[in-house]
Amino acid sequence: MKTATADLTAAAVGDAYTFKPRDSGLVPRGLTLAATAMIIAILAVIMLNVIWQGFGTISWDFLSSPPEQGMEAGGIFPAIFGTVALVVLMTICVVPVGVLTAVYLHEYTRPDSRITRIIRVAINNLAGIPSIVFGLFGLGFFVGFVGVGIDSVLFADQGPLWGQPAIIWASLTMALLTLPVVIISTEEALRSIPQELKDASLALGATKLQTIGRIILPQAMPGILTGAILAVSRGAGEVAPIMFTGAAYYLPYLPHKLNDQFMELGYHVYVMATQSPDVEKTKPILYGTVLVLLVLTFLLNLVAVVIRSRIRMKRVRQ
Amino acid sequence: MKRYQFKKKSRIREFLGEKLIAVTSFAAVIAILLIFVFIFKESTGIFTDPEIRQEASIDKMVFKQEYYEGRAPKWSWQPNSEVPKYSLLPLLIGTLKAALIAMLFAVPLAVGAAIYSSEFASKRMRELIKPVIEMLAGVPSVVLGFFALIVMATFMQEIFAFRFRLNAITAGIALGIAVIPIIFTIAEDAMTSVPASLRDAATALGANSWQVSFTMVLPAAIPGIAAGAVLGFGRAIGETMIVLMASGNAAIISASLTDSMRTFSATIAAELAEVVFGGAHYNVLFFIGTLLFIFTFVVNLGGDMVLTRLKEKIQGKQQ
Repeated sequence: MKTATADLTAAAVGDAYTFKPRDSGLVPRGLTLAATAMIIAILAVIMLNVIWQGFGTISWDFLSSPPEQGMEAGGIFPAIFGTVALVVLMTICVVPVGVLTAVYLHEYTRPDSRITRIIRVAINNLAGIPSIVFGLFGLGFFVGFVGVGIDSVLFADQGPLWGQPAIIWASLTMALLTLPVVIISTEEALRSIPQELKDASLALGATKLQTIGRIILPQAMPGILTGAILAVSRGAGEVAPIMFTGAAYYLPYLPHKLNDQFMELGYHVYVMATQSPDVEKTKPILYGTVLVLLVLTFLLNLVAVVIRSRIRMKRVRQ
Repeated sequence: MKRYQFKKKSRIREFLGEKLIAVTSFAAVIAILLIFVFIFKESTGIFTDPEIRQEASIDKMVFKQEYYEGRAPKWSWQPNSEVPKYSLLPLLIGTLKAALIAMLFAVPLAVGAAIYSSEFASKRMRELIKPVIEMLAGVPSVVLGFFALIVMATFMQEIFAFRFRLNAITAGIALGIAVIPIIFTIAEDAMTSVPASLRDAATALGANSWQVSFTMVLPAAIPGIAAGAVLGFGRAIGETMIVLMASGNAAIISASLTDSMRTFSATIAAELAEVVFGGAHYNVLFFIGTLLFIFTFVVNLGGDMVLTRLKEKIQGKQQ
C-alpha cells in the first residue's frame, strides 16, 4: 500500500518544517519515564509486601501439613497437592491438542486459507473469553452434561459419581482456557525451524508425517516446553474457572480419584481472605500462601522466558 | 545412519495422520461453539419457561419494576429476597464504573511506558522493562485481589477517608494493574512495527529523535494503541477475582465512585454456588455469562481486525 506510506511521510514533512531545532523533548521523555517508573514501583510494592509479610510463615511444617483450627493454624499441603494434581491433569489434556493444532496451522495449511483464518479467530477469541465464563461452561457442560450423562448411562442407581464438581472437570475446563497459550508458543517454535531441514528430510524419502514426528517436533521441543510451562503458570493462578467445577473450601483427605474434589492454592487464598471469621488471625498463613503461589508462578514464568529467549537467539543466528 | 532410513511409506497412515491432526486442530473452534451453546442453553428458561418468566424475563431485567404494591417502581438486584428482583442495571453500572476507573488508571501508565520503551529507552533499560511487564502479567488475579483487599483498601481509606473501605476506586485501580500488561504489550508492538524507513525519512527531514516519535511513529501507531485500550477494556469487564474481593459487592445504583459496587462477573462468582439447579436465578446467572461472552467476543474480533489492518498498512503489505 504505497499511498498510506506516502500519506504518513507527507504528514511528517508538513510538520518537520515547523520543528524548533533546540526542542530536546524533555517533557515527553520525562512523562513517559515517570509512567514506566510507576509500573515498576507497583510491581515492587506488591512483591516486597508479600515477601516481607509472608517470609516468616514459610517453613517445612507449613508446606507439608494440612490446615488446622478453621485455617487459623497448620499448613497448606493439601492446597499445594491439589494445585499440582490439577495442572498435571490439565497439561496431559492440553499439550497434545495444542501441539497438533500448531502443527496443522504451520505445516498443512496455507497461512491465508479460510480454514487457517477460522481457527485463528477461534484461538484469539478463546484467549479473550473471561475466566468466569469458562467456569460457567465447565459447570454447564462437563459437570451438568458429560458428568450427569455418564452417571445416567453407566451408574444409573448409585447417586452422583461423575455428575458433580471434580478434579477431572476442573482440569478439562482449565485445559480449554490454556489452549491458546500452548498453540501460540508451539507455533513460534515451528517458525524457527529452517525450511532446509524439512526439505532434507523429505528429500531422503521421509513422508510428511515422518518428518513431523522425527524432525520437526524434536526441534520444536523447547517451544512446546515453554508453552506447557506458561500454561501451567496460568492454570496455577486462575481461580474463577475452578470455583464451581471442583475446588473445595476444605477437605480432610487428598484427592486420589479423578472424580474427587480438591483444594487449590489460589482458591485457598480467596477463601481465607474473604470468608475467614478473623482475618487478623489468618493473616500470617494467608501471606504465606500468597508467597508460595507467587513464587510458583514466577519461577515457572522465569523458566519459560529463559527457554524462549534461547530459541529466539538460535533463530537470529540462523 | 539408522536414523535416516525410513520405513516403507504407508499411504493409509499418512492419510489418517493428516486427518487426525486436522480434526484435532478444530478443538479451539469446537470449544468456542460449545461454550456459546452451553452457556446460552442454560439461560433459555428466561425466554421459554413461563414459571421462570414470572420472576425474570427480559422485561423484568431491563425496566423498572413495581415489586411491592403501592411503592415506587425501581431497578433492583435482590435475587434471594422474598420477592426476587433481577434487574441488571445495578450490575451494569458497577461493571462500567470499575472498568472505566481501571482504564483511566491503566491507559496513561501503559501507553506512557510503551512509548518510553519503544522510543526513548536504552537497550539496557528495555531489558528491565520487558521482564517487569511479563512478571506483572504473571501475577495471578487472585493475588491482586488479595493485595487490594488486605493492603490497598486500608491504605487508600486512610489517605482519602473513604466512607466505605471497599469501593469502586480501590477495585478499579486493582483492575487497572491487571490490564496494564495487555495494553502495554499491544501498544508497544504497534509502535515497534513502524518500519525504519519511515523513521529515517523523518530524521532526514531534520526531526530529532523525539520529534520522530511524536510526529511519525505515534500517529502511525494510534489505531494499534486504541486497539490495545479496547482489548484491555474487554479484559477489565470480564475480570472476576479482583472485583469479587475488592469491590464490596453491593448491588446498588449509584454514581459515586466511593460507594461499594458489584459487577456482572463477581455476581456470577458469588451467587452460582448457592442457586437451585435450573431455577430462575440459575438461568439469569447463565444469561449474564452469555452477555459477557458476546461482549468479549465482539471486542476481541474488532480489536484483532484493527491490529491486522494496521500491520498491513504500516508495513506496506498488500492483501
